[in-house]
Amino acid sequence: MSLEIEVGFTLNGRTVQVKVPPGMTTLAMLREKLDMTGGKLACGEGECGACTVKIDGRTINSCLMFAVDCDGRDIQTIEGLGSVAGLEIMQQAFVEHGAIQCGYCMPGMIMQARYLVDQNAGNDQKLSREDIARGLEGNVCRCSGYTKVVDAVAAVALEEASA
Amino acid sequence: MIENYKVPSSIAEAAQILHQGEATIVAGGTDLTPQTEAGAREFAVTLINIQRIEEMRGISRSDDRYRIGGLTTVTEILESESLAIDVPVLVEAADHFASPQIRNAATIAGNLCNASPAGDMCIPLLLLDAEVELASWVDGSVSVRTLALADFFTGPGKTVMRTDELLTAVVFNQPVAGFAATFQKSGPRPALEISTVSMGVAAVPEAGVLTVVRVAIGAVAPVPLRATDTEAVLEGQALDESLIDKAAESVQQEVSPIDDVRASAWYRKHLTGVYLRRALSHVAGN
Repeated sequence: MSLEIEVGFTLNGRTVQVKVPPGMTTLAMLREKLDMTGGKLACGEGECGACTVKIDGRTINSCLMFAVDCDGRDIQTIEGLGSVAGLEIMQQAFVEHGAIQCGYCMPGMIMQARYLVDQNAGNDQKLSREDIARGLEGNVCRCSGYTKVVDAVAAVALEEASA
Repeated sequence: MIENYKVPSSIAEAAQILHQGEATIVAGGTDLTPQTEAGAREFAVTLINIQRIEEMRGISRSDDRYRIGGLTTVTEILESESLAIDVPVLVEAADHFASPQIRNAATIAGNLCNASPAGDMCIPLLLLDAEVELASWVDGSVSVRTLALADFFTGPGKTVMRTDELLTAVVFNQPVAGFAATFQKSGPRPALEISTVSMGVAAVPEAGVLTVVRVAIGAVAPVPLRATDTEAVLEGQALDESLIDKAAESVQQEVSPIDDVRASAWYRKHLTGVYLRRALSHVAGN
């Protein structure tokens, strides 16, 4: 029988325990063991950001992180951001600005956009369009619709800064 | 096939595990995962996750000596206020590193141990004459050897580190007063680009003369390269047009790039000269 390791962590505010093979990626664990299919596998090597999740307050490519290393950590996926009934403000902004085309990259893109705006909160310097483009440079949209993505993120940044 | 999984919480514990036999070490996973997933690298029977070794984290300074724990992420280097003041070239290289998500996971030790000739953090650290600390288990206790980063790399993906060793920290002295340094990299897009050529140049410029000259170049040789011949050409000489020509010629002699999907050897050699000229004018202008 091949080796499995039991790991326990917080997933979207909920405590979970799961057994994983030591070589499994976090993305595979989330999708295959925990049914969190928001994060997507696209490139599988950290180039595209479709698998972006937040771990201990930092976004990472979940396709690169070992599932066993999730033990004891705090993980947030797109499923933990909002719900179908009540979208989170960033998700709503992407809808309102027509930023979504095929949608495959969106869970990762939105997780990174949320992180970017949160990271800049409390900074006197407002996020410029260039800052937003740089902050999302690890997220690739193959439909190549970046302008409306930047519009959506800029709108949220502005709204939250004046709130 | 992985048969054992270990999560040491101290350097001593990790060194003992490594002493027992060959193991695959994982930290951020940003280089290891693509290699194992693509079949380019096999797991050893033991997988060691070193992420819980707290003593390998963080950036500290004691007198003029900086110590960056091996598990420090590129983001932590990028966000370090003291490094931004004392060693801006390191922060500059961190800013050019991959993408935000990768910077959040990738560790300094991982970037060095992966030993890519194009490893971005290697270049500024070579300019700083950085050293690495390698820990192992010898006669019942942890033994640490310290060696120059310039002597660490032996080829693409290869270093002098033994399989029973762990890279626990990078150390370097705070640069001397007046030390100016620059880092540049080339590639079709700024993010997530494996450098076609990356270059760092550092020196103390005074009255048109450069001293303490350091030239380090990535992706143009089997290892991240210290261009010592070119440093010698520049050291202590008046920096005029003819010296810059001579240095550019020297640096192109010193590199041995390859043709690959990212660029031809000819183009890399050409860029090396262009970047040296650019870097020299930047450093001299400071």
